[in-house]
Amino acid sequence: MTDTTANAHFFQKEEHHEHHGADHKPGFFARWFLSTNHKDIGTLYLIFAITAGIIGGGISGLMRAELAHPGIQYLPMWAHFFGAPAGNDAALHFWNVMVTAHGLIMVFFMVMPAMIGGFGNWFVPIMIGAPDMAFPRMNNVSFWLIVPAFTLLLGSLFVSGGTGNGAGTGWTLYAPLSTSGSAGPSVDMAILALHLAGASSILGAVNFITTIFNMRAPGMTLHKMPLFAWSVLVTAFLLLLALPVLAAAITMLLTDRNFGTTFFDASGGGDPILYQHLFWFFGHPEVYIMILPGFGMVSHIISTFSKKPIFGYLGMAYAMVAIGVVGFVVWAHHMYTTGLDVNTKMYFTAATMVIAVPTGIKIFSWIATMWGGSISFKTPMVWAMGFIFMFTVGGVTGVVLANGGIDNYFQDTYYVVAHFHYVLSLGAVFSLFAGFYYWFPKMSGKMYNEFLGQAHFWVFFAGVNLLFFPMHFLGAQGMPRRYPDYPNAFAKWNAVASHGYEVMTIGMAIFFVNIIWSLIAGKKAPANPWGEGATTLEWTLSSPPPYHQFETLPIIDAEDLHGRDRRPPDRV
Amino acid sequence: MKSVKTVLIAAGLAALTLAGTASAQTAAAPSIVTASPAATATAPGSGQSPATVAAPDAAAPAAGAAPATQPAAAAAKATIPEFYGPTAGIGQPTDKIALQAQVTDLGHQAEWFHNDVLMPIIVIICLFVLALLAWVTVRYNRRANPVPSRTSHNTLIEIVWTVAPVLILLAIAVPSIKLLAAQYSIPKPDITVKVIGHQWYWSYQYPDNGDFEVVSNILTEDQDKAKGEPRQLGVDNRMVVPAGAVVKIITTSDDVIHSFAVPAFWLKMDAVPGRLNETWFKVDRPGLYYGQCSELCGARHGYMPIAVEVVTKDQFAQWVAANGGTIGHGKPASSDATANSPISNPTATTTAPTPMAGAASTPTENATAAAKPAAQPATTN
Repeated sequence: MTDTTANAHFFQKEEHHEHHGADHKPGFFARWFLSTNHKDIGTLYLIFAITAGIIGGGISGLMRAELAHPGIQYLPMWAHFFGAPAGNDAALHFWNVMVTAHGLIMVFFMVMPAMIGGFGNWFVPIMIGAPDMAFPRMNNVSFWLIVPAFTLLLGSLFVSGGTGNGAGTGWTLYAPLSTSGSAGPSVDMAILALHLAGASSILGAVNFITTIFNMRAPGMTLHKMPLFAWSVLVTAFLLLLALPVLAAAITMLLTDRNFGTTFFDASGGGDPILYQHLFWFFGHPEVYIMILPGFGMVSHIISTFSKKPIFGYLGMAYAMVAIGVVGFVVWAHHMYTTGLDVNTKMYFTAATMVIAVPTGIKIFSWIATMWGGSISFKTPMVWAMGFIFMFTVGGVTGVVLANGGIDNYFQDTYYVVAHFHYVLSLGAVFSLFAGFYYWFPKMSGKMYNEFLGQAHFWVFFAGVNLLFFPMHFLGAQGMPRRYPDYPNAFAKWNAVASHGYEVMTIGMAIFFVNIIWSLIAGKKAPANPWGEGATTLEWTLSSPPPYHQFETLPIIDAEDLHGRDRRPPDRV
Repeated sequence: MKSVKTVLIAAGLAALTLAGTASAQTAAAPSIVTASPAATATAPGSGQSPATVAAPDAAAPAAGAAPATQPAAAAAKATIPEFYGPTAGIGQPTDKIALQAQVTDLGHQAEWFHNDVLMPIIVIICLFVLALLAWVTVRYNRRANPVPSRTSHNTLIEIVWTVAPVLILLAIAVPSIKLLAAQYSIPKPDITVKVIGHQWYWSYQYPDNGDFEVVSNILTEDQDKAKGEPRQLGVDNRMVVPAGAVVKIITTSDDVIHSFAVPAFWLKMDAVPGRLNETWFKVDRPGLYYGQCSELCGARHGYMPIAVEVVTKDQFAQWVAANGGTIGHGKPASSDATANSPISNPTATTTAPTPMAGAASTPTENATAAAKPAAQPATTN
């Protein structure tokens, strides 16, 4: 990792100058609605992601309540509340609407905005020693595209989607269910929401790539760049290459729905499976888009709290590049039961398993970073260590699912649901919490409450494991996904999972109490609350950083090598 | 498994006596619709409505398929025999922490690969990572190790943790590829069943047996109870196949994508409108095996279960006769039946592709043969 601590005094001096001239903040409206400041936009993204997360998480709570017992308990009531037409089909359709909304919200409006829009915006420019993003106004456009996108998606819940209100197609929007199978404007609104969210992400990706390639501080070569910046760079390339394919696919859905084309309609010479190929060509890189920035954050946190430079920095950086590249050639492992021929299945089985290699390198490098360290188990560190273990569990079930011959048992069962929640809800979300606690003092200028942070971790950890681990058992017994009701044999583990959700909710309550308490009454945070292990540039700035940082660019020591002893000579 | 057989037959007899009443109820679907509001007081949205509302749909194709041989189709339906009831722990889910019991050779092979190859490997990896995390927590915490080391490179160990996973993955890949090859080595089929997904029920066509069609709807909760079948899994008309026969399954759909899945056979194949997907199974043990639709297909996705009844050849002949079908040379499982049936000709080209046949003979090749299914999807409900 880049060593910049030695230069800290240099920046501190700069800031005193800035406080006189450059720290002039605009008025409230101009600052938050016309913002071009990467830190303010990052804050907006984080607030947005937390809001979307509450909605998406609330929907999953409704689903767990319904699934807690066999039979249909609440669906008709909820469907009625959302203005659905009377009848059991409308109520059952509402189940699919919740499944769809939960997926789309968590993927496009919670994890992505938090990881890339939130932490990426906040810390990539600072980490590479840049004053702001390359295109500040485009950055603002990115954010203000995702707000109407989310509004469209939420609005789609209240208009007809065929059998009832809302889009009940699943987040994958498979044709023909999403075309001839869903009359009404709801699915159109969901598609347009994805278009806007996709455009927002593409603009963001262009911005990050330009920023990282052109605005690194003097002396910061790519091979000295902090791993979080590396992770966002790889993520931005994945976004740039994958999202246009999604845009094309859902545009074809839109014209199939409204203009009589038959891209995905067999009766007109089209092919429903073509849609799945296009969707997953985007969809698989998308899952790495959601996890790669988390890899970057976890690397920093492990290094900081172990007081050691990251182990195998170059291997870590290029493992992410490898994951990004291989992630583009494994998409059809989501389609093992669609009737692929045997050679295709063999190829995708082999290619998918290859991803385990760079992922394994990362897991072992994190552990090697801790090995020999002097670890303090502050809240960000316990989240990061939880991430490593939970991501391992989710990763190995991914290896199971990679096998085409095994997957035709597990495809579309709760085993898959368990797998992707382990890598996302316990992987990506754990890394988000780790990053949030790690950078909360920097962003807010206040320390979080350590006890509440630890309590949040342990309660949440217990809750999500109780929630998602039994899903492996349900999947092994063949319980299909996206079912509002199930044979009584599945009752036991579904009940356990729903209790797990309750425990998780308590964990989230602790989190919100912690944020509010800390913002109001938290201790003032020093520039670097984490000590000698925190070596990236953000810790050289005040907490919170000045409104504009690095008006004079920092200079990164050209002689510095990774892993060089950072301690002052008298302590060696 | 052998010991279960006698139990099964007893259960089958019991089911048989019940079958008459249950089928009669289904045939009289309209009356159930009127009766249902009172009957469903306990379970507003569950199995009740899907079955009853779908019944009118079901009546139409059933009547359309049968008349060629059996003018009094509706009457014949009422006497279709059922031979086996469900067996606890076989062919249906349990609350155990394990895969469902497998009853096909391919299922046993896959089960071995999962239980004896994959599971040990992934459990060991997880425990290994957990042990390393525990060790660094104990040995390298701030108190135990106040002065951190400065190591950030070790070429040897980096090579080890790159090569070791590669070797483990190779060890997984070999049986994995073998399993795939076996799944795609379709033996000469004894009988072909065309499985068609609809919103929201399944229908089964028997091209080798006079091309009759069986329409299969979910039972209501009360009907399940009366027949002793698990809630959410029982159907009015099952898919019936002979034991010991190689059954070729061709899946397609006439509206949206469904997925035909029977976990006990290790079988899952999407039913895609405009495509014919092919797969197969061979089950020796007679009995009743359940599955559920496994691709989101709309509101009642959770209410179109699959029930496959594997019966002896004599029972199969009886069942085919009751459906107004025919059996070539009196032997349902005879391969001659397949070859001689004119109905089976369109599918003859896809018979038994070799495992490494490549893209040219994929199961999905003959999309052109399926102009019919995609013609009129049930778009606006």
